[in-house]
Amino acid sequence: MISREEVDHVARLARLHFEEDELVRLQAELGQIIDYVKQLSELDLSGLDPTSHAVPLKNVLRADEPITGLSQAEAVANGPRVEKGQFVVPRIG
Amino acid sequence: MSCTDHEGVTAGGAVDVTFLTAHDCRALLADGSVSAVELTQAYLDRIAVVDGGVHAYLSVDAAGALAAAAAVDAKPRGGRKPWEGVPIGLKDVLCVKGMETTCASRILKGYVPPYDATVIAKLRDEGLIFLGKLNMDEFAMGSSTENSAFQVTRNPWDTDRVPGGSSGGSAACVAASLAPWALGTDTGGSIRQPASLCGVVGMKPTYGAVSRYGLIAFASSLDQVGPLTRDVRDAAALLDLIAGRDPRDCTSTGLTEPAGVPGRDDLEGLRFGVIKEYIGSACEPGVLEIFDAAVDAVGALGGVCEEVSLPSVVRGIAAYYIIAPSEASSNLARFDGVRYGHRTAQSEDLYEMYVRTRSEGFGDEVKRRIMIGTYALSAGYYDAYYGQAQRTRTLIIKDFEKAFSRFDYLISPTSPTVAFKVGERMADPLAMYFSDLCTIPVNLAALPALSIPAGFSGGLPVGLQIIGPHYGERGLLGAAHALEQRLAVDVVAPVQPAVAS
Repeated sequence: MISREEVDHVARLARLHFEEDELVRLQAELGQIIDYVKQLSELDLSGLDPTSHAVPLKNVLRADEPITGLSQAEAVANGPRVEKGQFVVPRIG
Repeated sequence: MSCTDHEGVTAGGAVDVTFLTAHDCRALLADGSVSAVELTQAYLDRIAVVDGGVHAYLSVDAAGALAAAAAVDAKPRGGRKPWEGVPIGLKDVLCVKGMETTCASRILKGYVPPYDATVIAKLRDEGLIFLGKLNMDEFAMGSSTENSAFQVTRNPWDTDRVPGGSSGGSAACVAASLAPWALGTDTGGSIRQPASLCGVVGMKPTYGAVSRYGLIAFASSLDQVGPLTRDVRDAAALLDLIAGRDPRDCTSTGLTEPAGVPGRDDLEGLRFGVIKEYIGSACEPGVLEIFDAAVDAVGALGGVCEEVSLPSVVRGIAAYYIIAPSEASSNLARFDGVRYGHRTAQSEDLYEMYVRTRSEGFGDEVKRRIMIGTYALSAGYYDAYYGQAQRTRTLIIKDFEKAFSRFDYLISPTSPTVAFKVGERMADPLAMYFSDLCTIPVNLAALPALSIPAGFSGGLPVGLQIIGPHYGERGLLGAAHALEQRLAVDVVAPVQPAVAS
């Protein structure tokens, strides 16, 4: 189960907007998926460490040698709106 | 199956690519039977005639492919690298410099990467010819390729059915001979499941064997690039072409030894564990029948099969549908209309621009997963969902470790069902998620696994999944080769030429 208020809250966090009919459907679908994944709460997993990465690696380092990256023109070439080599966005709030 | 008995060239000099493996292509180029341009043109011609009914390709780069092929032909035959001039198809999740890369999403429509993914750079260096970009579920989220924003790919064995997913374009492309081989990616089964449904070989390498640099991220701790091919020998060759440690992906390690050329033809001395949780009621009867015959084939080749229980794998889907959407909700935050891709036409301020851009650009399944992941990671729920899923992941890893202390390889059906009808599972997200029942735990445990064609049920292909220990690719491909020779499944789909629609 997930409440309508929670769906609205999560949509805001995710920067997504849904129309009313989509919200009704989404609340039902998310509720179904969340009820399914809740089965994990039945498991006794005490004493097990969480795995974030299944191949153990640590401190992967490389020599501190500069390499050539993208040029500024290449880096902004896909920008929806670009001026003077900068990304342009609407005003903030 | 390798079809080296087919010459591939008719008396009149025309190239028939229908039966060609990549090794066949290489041989034809090496002895001068065909030029790279002729071979590339033959695939482009077949795409023009057949892909109107399959819809495997999102874009075909005929001019680029022919130019690259002409450059190969300009070199003396003795001065070329082994795979120079052999064509390949590429899943549209991989960045190719100068070639539109969309992830089958409206939000990336028109995006032209300024750089090559590492796997692409490697293939470019080796002289492979890029035919074009292959359809997929949007951002690799799905098991049928129906979640593409642009087109529905059809299964070449029955065009009323899905090819599987998310690498459905890649699997359909190889099954329909629209390229001798293709690259896909696998996060929860996205190479193996479509390979199974389309009757081709598909392999997910050990996590870290292949660089993820330039692979547009879905779930970073699970994603791997891998081959889809007509036979096991091609899969080993393509894996060796793309594997390797990459300074640009600090989670990459490469393989501990090359896959080499699999030549094994028996299974003497090898122990195979049949995963108990994936037989019985987990799979449809037609799939089990073919699986049982594959188990018999293992025995006939001198291998020993025994049932083994991995109790935690039944929790795989639940753990995956917390971990993968959580990672996705974070990875897909970058699609905000600022630096690339779609931006909404009208917005008053930055917040509104983000919301409109993302709501217009993402499809339903991607939004659903972003919502699940955002919910699971949100304050108050993090440990109950994400923490618990990560501990379940540890449990699954331990079950596999225990199984590999007794067995060399584990086997199961790749997919619980054969290819399903287009539209059949679209209304029920959970039913779609169960398509990856047998493949998901392998990603959670970072293991290598492949699917090989094992037979047919009702005229549709059934795949056998073979799982190996970490970095066990060489042995895994050897065992798969022996089984492939024994099972001798005909893997040329009876696809009919279609007029482009």
